[in-house]
Amino acid sequence: MFDGLTAETLARMQFAFTVSFHIIFPAFSIGLASYLAVLNGLWLRTRDRTYLHLFDYWKKIFAVAFGMGVVSGIVMSYQFGTNWAVFSDKTGPVLGPLMAYEVLSAFFLEAGFLGIMLFGRKRVGNSLHMLATGMVAFGTLISATWILSVNSWMQTPAGFAMNDLGQFVPEDWWQIVFNPSFPYRLVHMVLAAFLTTALVVGATGALHLLRDRQDKAARRMFSMAMWMLTLVAPLQIFAGDAHGLNTLEHQPAKVMAMEGHYDSHPEGAPLILFGIPNAAEKRIDYAVEIPKLSSLILKHDLNAPLDGLDTIPDEDEPPVWIVFWSFRVMVALGFAMLGLGIWSLWRRVRGRLYDAPWLHRAAVAMGPAGFVAVLAGWITTEVGRQPFTVYGLLRTSDSLSPVDAPAVATSLVAFIMVYFFIFGAGTLYLLAMMNKGVNVVNHDLQSGPIRTAGLTPSQQADDEIETQKDETNV
Amino acid sequence: MFELSFIWAGIIAFAVLVYVILDGFDLGVGILFPFARSERDRATMMNSIAPIWDGNETWLVLGGGGLFAVFPLAYAIVMPALYMPIILMLLALIFRGVAFEYRWRGERWKHIWDHAFFGGSIVAAFTQGIALGALVQGIEVEGRAYSGAWWDWLTMFSLLTGAAVVVGYALLGACWLNMKTIGDLQVQMRGYAKPLAAATLGFIGLASLLTPFQDVEYFHRWFDMPGVLFSVIVPAALLACAWALFTGLRDAKDVQPFLAALGLFVLCFVGIGISFYPNIVPPNLTIAEAAAPDSSLWFALVGTVVLVPLILIYTAYAYWVFRGKVDPDEGYH
Repeated sequence: MFDGLTAETLARMQFAFTVSFHIIFPAFSIGLASYLAVLNGLWLRTRDRTYLHLFDYWKKIFAVAFGMGVVSGIVMSYQFGTNWAVFSDKTGPVLGPLMAYEVLSAFFLEAGFLGIMLFGRKRVGNSLHMLATGMVAFGTLISATWILSVNSWMQTPAGFAMNDLGQFVPEDWWQIVFNPSFPYRLVHMVLAAFLTTALVVGATGALHLLRDRQDKAARRMFSMAMWMLTLVAPLQIFAGDAHGLNTLEHQPAKVMAMEGHYDSHPEGAPLILFGIPNAAEKRIDYAVEIPKLSSLILKHDLNAPLDGLDTIPDEDEPPVWIVFWSFRVMVALGFAMLGLGIWSLWRRVRGRLYDAPWLHRAAVAMGPAGFVAVLAGWITTEVGRQPFTVYGLLRTSDSLSPVDAPAVATSLVAFIMVYFFIFGAGTLYLLAMMNKGVNVVNHDLQSGPIRTAGLTPSQQADDEIETQKDETNV
Repeated sequence: MFELSFIWAGIIAFAVLVYVILDGFDLGVGILFPFARSERDRATMMNSIAPIWDGNETWLVLGGGGLFAVFPLAYAIVMPALYMPIILMLLALIFRGVAFEYRWRGERWKHIWDHAFFGGSIVAAFTQGIALGALVQGIEVEGRAYSGAWWDWLTMFSLLTGAAVVVGYALLGACWLNMKTIGDLQVQMRGYAKPLAAATLGFIGLASLLTPFQDVEYFHRWFDMPGVLFSVIVPAALLACAWALFTGLRDAKDVQPFLAALGLFVLCFVGIGISFYPNIVPPNLTIAEAAAPDSSLWFALVGTVVLVPLILIYTAYAYWVFRGKVDPDEGYH
């Protein structure tokens, strides 16, 4: 079954597979943690119980998604060593401390306060519970900061020297952490996480609005999500454009592959909307082009010359087909998000936000769009970096562990089977939870984990009692 | 400036030790899970660790991430050498980790996630023990890379240490549950703790006898003067912990057996440290050789000195919030 597959190919498949699964969960939990902090804050400030109900609803979903993120993340932290040992030996002095900082400043913060956020409101009181919720959200953002610094350094290495063992040795930590592409990548990823969450929350709200337009909780979450989309989607397109210019400056070959420019264009490059990259003949078949637009977008000048892949040695060329298409998927989804945001704004201005079944159907259909866009974006940037692990300096083929192909093949098969089983089940649970209405879930004690440890009764049971008290008091 | 790498060796050792004693007891709860007599007991057992297991497991990430940061060469050698046990451990931790959330999501699949919780816990413990045994046995290095085959870790000795860790974690889990539960479940777990304690001590004795045969260096590190004056403290303290453990169980104490069982683990860990020093990967790779350049060590140290005490403080706070006995009746209205 694995004849002809080298340890390198298998290790790359394994990394691509595990990291693609992993990125889905942080993309969701970064945004959701912030959303939970906002909901909790609004509940404490306004005492509007809808916010509390939404908090309890999304916190259970967060717990499941976060759990999947944690377990798939532990795999990532060991995979550098198991499959990419030479990479680890050579880049460890630079990248290791950044990852250690991620663990120390983010993972512990999230893990330490997660228990209190999920089960502790009654035990610690509202203020400390708010603090714990804020700390979990803060932790997810710190985590994103460090890991994007690591990834960006691999794309645009800076602040290092090489020693005689062939290791990257740190010279200037400021330059390493704040390497040239880091700010762009961080902003682009965090906005992507917020958009992903907004689309999921919006789809859930829309689903329940389609069933009952008067559902107060559904209205609240749909409205909040659409605000997020309306405001952030244009920002994201702006950030993505800036990121593209930065990539052109530091990783021109990646942009050439994204744009499909096999040939150099000395007098202005066209924008290739669609086409089939033909790697053998080094051209785009059936290209649909708009003249000069690529130069306008990338250089803000219709006639600016643009280099093509013909200026790059063949062995340094990234796989064009994958990058070309993944980039188009990401951009198309980004504009679809912008469209949904504008549509919702138009309905909102006319006072018909909750009375718009086609808008709600579109929002449901767009629910998974954020995940697809995030995946496509990561494929663009990671495959576009090939054939290097550290751009221009360390080849992927020189980064490998001294592990035999059968070992990598065995573990790859095991990962595929386990991931589809575990994360398939998790996704079904998440969908089932989102399919239930907010009020149904919050009054169905059996549906949630009733987990207590300690002297006082279950926090959830308490919340229930508190909610009932509130209702009798009103 | 080689002291810096020794400070770091101490910090990494500390992270691994904290991992072993914290995740040790919650993996132990998973190992004992199938012995629960009712759904109520199962829920209580899981609830006793639900709010804290995630934090416990983060120390494993720090151990791996820390090794990558400050001893990249050791990381690059050990991970390929222990490829299979590590992959198995990661897969086991996936099953176990999701079980905490999944088992409450529906009746139909509950038993599957209960099995995942038990299976994941026992496989994670066993592979950690195997990894330890494989390290003690020594790892072949050529140049800057692992040079052995991918089954070298599998020996009678590593299987023995694997079994030892399973039994030891089960002991920690039983003592934890003795501390955190009441009634029949507590009596049951206290009952299990005695034979588990005896078996754990047996394994410690056996492993101690066999270790010098893995590498004659180990024997010298323990018994040459003047080190022997220090190393003799370890078995003496071990006996004291064993005594505290058995009397604590006999007198039905809540906390004492757990602390004594933790003591056994700390002392075994110190013992392994004595055997290894000054190597980080026996038999040939020393702490100083594996260390990253000083600039990396300094940069990471600054944050660690500030952040680790903070982590310990809020972790202790989280334990304090969820202190006391788990009450199953209150949990299941």
